Amino acid sequence: MAQESTLDAASILTKVNDHTWDIPRTYKHGMRVPGRIFVSEKLLVGLEHETLEQISNVATLPGIQKYAMAMPDAHSGYGFPIGGVAAFDRDTGIISPGGVGYDINCGVRIIKTNLTVDEVRPGMKELIDLLFHDIPSGVGSKSKIRASDSELTDAFLHGAKWAVDSGYGVKEDLEHCEEKGYMKIADPSKIGEKARNRGKPQFGTLGSGNHFLEVQYVDEIFDPNVAKVFGLEKGQVTIMIHCGSRGAGHQICDDYLKILDKATRKYGIELPDRQLACAPAESPEGQNYYKAMAAGANYAWANRQVITHWVRETFTRFFKRDMDDLGMELIYDVAHNVAKLEEHTIDGIKKMVYVHRKGATRAFPPGHRDVPSVYRTVGQPVLIPGSMGTPSFVLHGTQKAMELTFGSACHGAGRVSSRAAAKRVFSGETIQKELAARGISVRATHPSVIAEEAPGVYKISEDVVDVVHQLGIARKVVKLMPLGVAKG
Amino acid sequence: MAGEISAEKFEYLYHIADAKFKAYGSTLEEAFENAAIAMFNVMINTSGLEVCESRDIEIESSDIKGLLVDWLGELLYLFEVDEIIFSEFKIISIEKTNDSFSLKGRASGEHIDLSRHNFDTQVKAVTFHDLQVESDKTGRFWVQVVVDT
Repeated sequence: MAQESTLDAASILTKVNDHTWDIPRTYKHGMRVPGRIFVSEKLLVGLEHETLEQISNVATLPGIQKYAMAMPDAHSGYGFPIGGVAAFDRDTGIISPGGVGYDINCGVRIIKTNLTVDEVRPGMKELIDLLFHDIPSGVGSKSKIRASDSELTDAFLHGAKWAVDSGYGVKEDLEHCEEKGYMKIADPSKIGEKARNRGKPQFGTLGSGNHFLEVQYVDEIFDPNVAKVFGLEKGQVTIMIHCGSRGAGHQICDDYLKILDKATRKYGIELPDRQLACAPAESPEGQNYYKAMAAGANYAWANRQVITHWVRETFTRFFKRDMDDLGMELIYDVAHNVAKLEEHTIDGIKKMVYVHRKGATRAFPPGHRDVPSVYRTVGQPVLIPGSMGTPSFVLHGTQKAMELTFGSACHGAGRVSSRAAAKRVFSGETIQKELAARGISVRATHPSVIAEEAPGVYKISEDVVDVVHQLGIARKVVKLMPLGVAKG
Repeated sequence: MAGEISAEKFEYLYHIADAKFKAYGSTLEEAFENAAIAMFNVMINTSGLEVCESRDIEIESSDIKGLLVDWLGELLYLFEVDEIIFSEFKIISIEKTNDSFSLKGRASGEHIDLSRHNFDTQVKAVTFHDLQVESDKTGRFWVQVVVDT
């Protein structure tokens, strides 16, 4: 299994400034706009050739605006790269499941507590064991909820609101979710039987791969004023949940790739890669996907909301204090695999565009109507999970992101090494011991799960976040360090 | 990857985030069967698993690459919904009709038992990325697949 060589980026890319590199339109036939990668010279070294190919492929799609963009954590995906941002004109552009990914609305939320790191660390091993037990994770794990057909439909329609109405959480949680916990455009009738069958037994499950539940604490504050607005202070314990729409989302993507594969031919769209299957955004095929995708996104919000409820129950039991007494409020919940119809100003003109964020986080600025009122003076919280055992970050959205990246920032650390390679190089048991020595308890279904998500297989999250911060498309607020991790 | 079954049946290739493999066969049917073995071995070592549950599979797709994606996709669906780890595959036929391809086959394995089965990462979906269905000059068939994990 030979390692793919990294590229001589300098021969392809044009440097715009220290953190911005362009792929000129001349690089590939059919590019309608240039490609643009937001990356430091240091991170440029690890960039794969495939990632550049994928960015330039996206640049060929009809109706694309400004640039086919990639965030500093970009790596190759299928069709669109992971870490990709692309906006398509509503009237002349396309919509593509490849620009969202299989895990529709994979995302992150952070719950705060009023516990301190010193109160939590001594019992951490026991607490993470409880969380691992209470929140199903891993391949083949089953939900504790037996959802009926009508409940499933309601979850596809109303997402986190369905969960809260069903007793999983409080209504304040919804104010602190992107889209208030559900996209209103969702239409469950656009979802096939298979997606329903896969989704039904999986409510409140983390899944596997890079998904996790982490107990963290605020290690460093970069912006005290914004931290105060988000309700974060040094030494405070938080909980991060990273998961998505599970089998329902995967099946929706799969089903619509086939439908849009046909639509691509029907509408005479030329594609450099079949995984970019798409349809005109306002065509029946395009809109059916958008409505099904929204329902998949809502499933993911419901999933994270149900998990939140169980996390609160576990904490309540463990600390023998109730949820209010523990101050377990949701700070925010962001999607990092989703397409949305948004208004953006392009060349001075306001336009409606379908912004595809695949492994990218929305980063709306202060004053934006879609930012919850409590955060509107400072911009939306942008939640960036680290990899296992490495820091996570909370940033806030900025006007600069509206100007440069259609209101988007990075989504994580980004892989630099394959799962298979990770398992050859790292032993799960050794990593678990090393992390324990640093005060981090890890629980996983199997040691190999720890090996393939080892800290060494990801870019350093600080490097990625620093690019975003220095560009100004989101600004650092706090750094969170892990105390305990539960993985599928 | 979990399984080390036979170098001639399939091999794993480098992929940064997901899993990529090539599967071989003296017939197209055999190459498709071996692709299924390769896919399940991304999730779990299937050697030594029992074979006590079977599912018959019939699918139809507009082209041969789509048929491969649909075959593997159907197996993933049955894995998740019927909770069966498949380890043996028999494709009875792959046929081309006027404007489509069809496949008839059977997959066998055993029910998931988390007390005995140690899974690695889950295969979420079968992609069209770098997908290939080819035959070489000697008449041997090979397919290449990237699965999303």
